[in-house]
Amino acid sequence: MTYARSSQGPIVPTYGHQPANLGDILERVLDKGIVIAGDIRVNLLDIELLTIKLRLLIVSVETARELGIDWWQQDPWLSGKQHRLEEENRRLRHRLAALEDGARPAAAEEDDERKERLWAGRASD
Amino acid sequence: MTDSGTYLYAIAQETGEALPDGLTGVAGTPVRTIAHAGLAGYVGTVPLAEFGEDALARNLEDLAWLEATARAHHQVVDVVARLAPTAPVRLVTVYAGDGQVRELLERRLAEFSATLDSVAGRQEWGVKVYVDPQTVARPAAGPGTAADRSGAAYLRRRRAGMRDRDDALRRATAHGDRVDAALSAVAVESRRHRAQDPRLSGRDEWMVLNGAYLVDAERGDEFATAVAALRGPEVGIELTGPWAPYSFTVLESEGVPP
Repeated sequence: MTYARSSQGPIVPTYGHQPANLGDILERVLDKGIVIAGDIRVNLLDIELLTIKLRLLIVSVETARELGIDWWQQDPWLSGKQHRLEEENRRLRHRLAALEDGARPAAAEEDDERKERLWAGRASD
Repeated sequence: MTDSGTYLYAIAQETGEALPDGLTGVAGTPVRTIAHAGLAGYVGTVPLAEFGEDALARNLEDLAWLEATARAHHQVVDVVARLAPTAPVRLVTVYAGDGQVRELLERRLAEFSATLDSVAGRQEWGVKVYVDPQTVARPAAGPGTAADRSGAAYLRRRRAGMRDRDDALRRATAHGDRVDAALSAVAVESRRHRAQDPRLSGRDEWMVLNGAYLVDAERGDEFATAVAALRGPEVGIELTGPWAPYSFTVLESEGVPP
């Protein structure tokens, strides 16, 4: 529980005692509140990818289906096919950029794989 | 060309109350305020080497960076929300300088003021309801049927099994609806968020409600009591908060400014 009773007030939050769950925080800081375009434009495709990963973490397809929630089927971003296409697109752009820079494409691939592992690792936590 | 930007955490009513000494936000940078026309933007100066467009595209895919940044952002929002009515701004909203933030406050003054008025003196509470599939499941078909190996008996058992499962789901979701209705009666406003994955919630049960409730500060006690009364052998309830009113200050972008 993250609140405690005090003598003078109804409820006094005991901030800092129990750090809020990361999932609860991400759910709020990424998706809620005021959404404004700042001067620094974050690459939308990358943001979308991040959001997809988080959404997939936030609701398991199986649980959602069991509960009759099927929002991801109406969301083209989240239908697996679209997701794979976008992912492939990103990989290709990544490699192209690496080639244009004269860098080793293998390094970019490794980086992608490392990220994939990171996500997979987090997901099984 | 500068190498730093202005990171915006939240917009609040200006109360003149001082921030706690040494409050830092993302990337360990100090938090300060930009006051304009009764509003206060809570900002920090961040290096573009970390918060520029390319850097962000990279960093947002790094879960360790994302976690540290999300927690730091949330902490600032949390502190500000204790001082004044507050509308959190989405993670990694970065402006070229303070002037642009002042301009934003001016341009959307009426909208921001109305939103802040609607959350003044209120807090957000998070409520998750869990139901264990085992406890809502009805016992399987009675004794003796297992011995009956006819096709008709098989189909009967299978139909009964599906009916039991549908029943269990209906009962589980009904628990969520019942809790939501009871708590909405105490709250000023409520929102239902998507259920979280068990890997994120860390629990195996079905999450049948992931709700947010905007509650008058003086009714927080009553709200917690209501939550406690709704707990039962089939229903686990997790209460979090109070949160800054993240779920009740949702304003979409006005699009690209001229």
